[in-house]
Amino acid sequence: MSCDEKVDCGRRRLLVATAAAGGVAGVAAAVPFLASMAPSERAKSAGAPVEADISKLAPGQMMTIEWRGKPVWIIHRTPEMLESLKTTDPLVSDPKSERKQQPEYAQNEYRSIKPEYMVVVGICTHLGCSPSEKFKTGAESGVTPDWAGGFLCPCHGSTFDLAGRVYKSKPAPDNLEVPPHMYLGDAKILIGEDKKG
Amino acid sequence: MKKLLVALLFAPLLALASGEELHLDKAPDRSNDQAALQNGAKLFVNYCLGCHSASYMRYNRLKDIGLSEQQIKDNLLFTADKTGELMRIGMQREDAKVWFGAAPPDLTVIARARASEFGTGPDWLYTYLRGFYRDTSRPSGWNNTVFANVGMPHALWELQGVQELGDEHKLTLVKPGKLKPEEYDAAVADLVGFLKYMGEPMSELRKTLGWIVLAALAVLFVFTYALKREYWKDVH
Amino acid sequence: MASTAEKYKSDGSLAGNALEWFDARFPAMTLYKEHLSEYYAPKNFNFWYFFGSLALLVLVNQIVTGIFLVMHYKPDAALNASGVPVAFASVEYIMRDVPLGWIIRYMHSTGASAFFVVVYLHMFRGMLYGSYRKPRELIWLFGIGIFLCLMAEAFFGYLLPWGQMSFWGAQVIVNLFSAIPLIGPDLSVFIRGDFVVSDATLNRFFSFHVIAIPLVLLGLVAAHLIALHEVGSNNPDGVEIKKHKNEKGIPLDGIPFHPYYTLKDMVGVVVFLAVFAVVICFMPEFGGYFLEWNNFIPADPLKTPPHIAPVWYFTPFYSLLRAVTYPLLGIDAKFWGVVAMGGGVVIMALLPWLDRSPVKSIRYRGKVYKTMLSIWVVSFLILGFLGTKPPSYTFFGVIPGAPVAQILSVFYFMYFITMPWWSKSDKCKPEPERVTG
Repeated sequence: MSCDEKVDCGRRRLLVATAAAGGVAGVAAAVPFLASMAPSERAKSAGAPVEADISKLAPGQMMTIEWRGKPVWIIHRTPEMLESLKTTDPLVSDPKSERKQQPEYAQNEYRSIKPEYMVVVGICTHLGCSPSEKFKTGAESGVTPDWAGGFLCPCHGSTFDLAGRVYKSKPAPDNLEVPPHMYLGDAKILIGEDKKG
Repeated sequence: MKKLLVALLFAPLLALASGEELHLDKAPDRSNDQAALQNGAKLFVNYCLGCHSASYMRYNRLKDIGLSEQQIKDNLLFTADKTGELMRIGMQREDAKVWFGAAPPDLTVIARARASEFGTGPDWLYTYLRGFYRDTSRPSGWNNTVFANVGMPHALWELQGVQELGDEHKLTLVKPGKLKPEEYDAAVADLVGFLKYMGEPMSELRKTLGWIVLAALAVLFVFTYALKREYWKDVH
Repeated sequence: MASTAEKYKSDGSLAGNALEWFDARFPAMTLYKEHLSEYYAPKNFNFWYFFGSLALLVLVNQIVTGIFLVMHYKPDAALNASGVPVAFASVEYIMRDVPLGWIIRYMHSTGASAFFVVVYLHMFRGMLYGSYRKPRELIWLFGIGIFLCLMAEAFFGYLLPWGQMSFWGAQVIVNLFSAIPLIGPDLSVFIRGDFVVSDATLNRFFSFHVIAIPLVLLGLVAAHLIALHEVGSNNPDGVEIKKHKNEKGIPLDGIPFHPYYTLKDMVGVVVFLAVFAVVICFMPEFGGYFLEWNNFIPADPLKTPPHIAPVWYFTPFYSLLRAVTYPLLGIDAKFWGVVAMGGGVVIMALLPWLDRSPVKSIRYRGKVYKTMLSIWVVSFLILGFLGTKPPSYTFFGVIPGAPVAQILSVFYFMYFITMPWWSKSDKCKPEPERVTG
């Protein structure tokens, strides 16, 4: 159907122009409705960064702090715990943390800013249960006879080492998430915010 | 006949209200004066937030009036730890009712609530805050020309001084305060301007949006009307 | 409804094939032709004929904005940590914390008032041109049903912000039911779910407002349009266009609804949206009539506002209610006031049978009709105005409003009750055979 008659051509152009203008108006009208579904100020305020006081956290101890409704673990790792990471290197599926489960400053062998403090979100990357702490090593732990220390998720049996790295052949696909965080001096960690903002 | 009908339609509009009259002074407009609004915020946090909550207003919303997050944290964050929190207060309503006779109302939307046929909400607030006078018959020792027998004491008396009610409802300043009368009026205007802003923080944005929408609709009108005319050419 | 149109045959394109598949299984082409491209409407529709499509637009607006408001609103009368009712606080949450939530809130509150403006003008069109006359009585009856549902919807919705006006308005209106003899007081408790308006009332009104009445409204609007399409629209001349058809059976004075009225109504929509935007963006409170000042104070069951008035769109009927001050047959005036208010709406339903004029449109009616209708309109407006004022109100400080309201209320009903006589005897002009434009 080619545009040959004068009236027809003009009409079609006007129709297209009006439809385009109407389309733009329609999209503009949709904006407030879609925007209203984004997190509100209340949600953002509740999701604000949290301060954790680590001054009383003894070596080998773990504390849990809530951020955005999730448990965040801070573990004061002992030198033995850090050594164990070398033995778990061949046992974990992503030893070099190549998958994006942590900010750049945590993409190292300890998955942390300072080796002695590990900060991870305590939620299994399989289906969201919270793993249990299994710091005791060896047969005592009840996990495996050569257990090096770490976490065991009770729901489907995924295991993680003391840097939050997931063991091979487990239901969980990823290492535990390291949240954005930064140190406010030596005694405080701010979780939810890092130097990048 | 049509003219009579139209005239009659306007008759109700000519009727004046009868009943208790309230004379209100016009509140100066501070809507576009960020410095004034910031001063108003300071006065609010220092003199009002002790008893009145503003529990739908977040501290960090004050960025609207040109304050930075740090300025808010340093100067205004009285009743919360984080700027993202609401301007709540610690006083329980039941206690307040006992102490003051009535719980001090939340002030977030007070500038919208106090509008009436006698004037806007800000007009009411502006006249109210300048209308306190000494009245020993009241438990608080204060009364008000706009809100008779109000339970609220004159929170700003240090700034205004003490007024007394004379004949013909005239107020005279018998003891001066820290501010001169014109300065006090200006301070109250700033505070009321802040209350007006707090009542509807997005009011300037909605007006801007209004002009944009009208312009867009004008364009749409040209197109749709032209399209309608084009097709209706065929109708006789 | 037999499918008389031929099934769509594809032109070979993907869209064409999809449409052919669909049309073989769903009467798409039939519906399109019957109700749009081959539905013939009179060609002389004027300004008064915009308001039907505008009412539909406002209905869609209320539903869409309502859906998004319900994502954040909480129907809870309990006090939050700051001593403010949760429902009230949730509305301010929408205004401040929800991104662009204030736009949605204002669209909904302005839309509610706009709905009544549009519907009143739409109904008035019916009165001007006799659109309720045979064979369109059922369209009119469905319309009255829609109007009643709209009043209920607005009443239930108004409680939700849980402000002072919300609470006390609901308290007063539900208390009216207690005036019904014998069952009244129990009925009021049953409606409220409590002895006073409370959280129970708020939650059930939320259910009525969000689901129950919108479903009924949608059904009635569908019935209203189906009944309309069955007989075809009236027009400003009041003549039946189906009386004169061409050899193809198309009314000589008819034009296909699509594209002519779809395009014309689009222009009407744009103009309406401009007025709508002006109100929302420059005067959302509309002088305290669309968002009442008292409603910015949270509901306080212990403190009655000095002056309770219903929202502006209820005021004419509220005046009818207040006009009844004498008991009758041993029953309180309170009850008869409710009867008067309800009667004021229901009597409009009888118009198709009260109007005995040989002509439909005001254009061909006599002086009596024009005078009566004019006085009725002025009465309606003055009754509405008085409804916003306390009963003690006086015009210019001299003429007391209450007796005026009573006189006008009597006239309001007399207009309908005496219509069979004066509409029949009124000297009218001859109706034309064809529309005049």
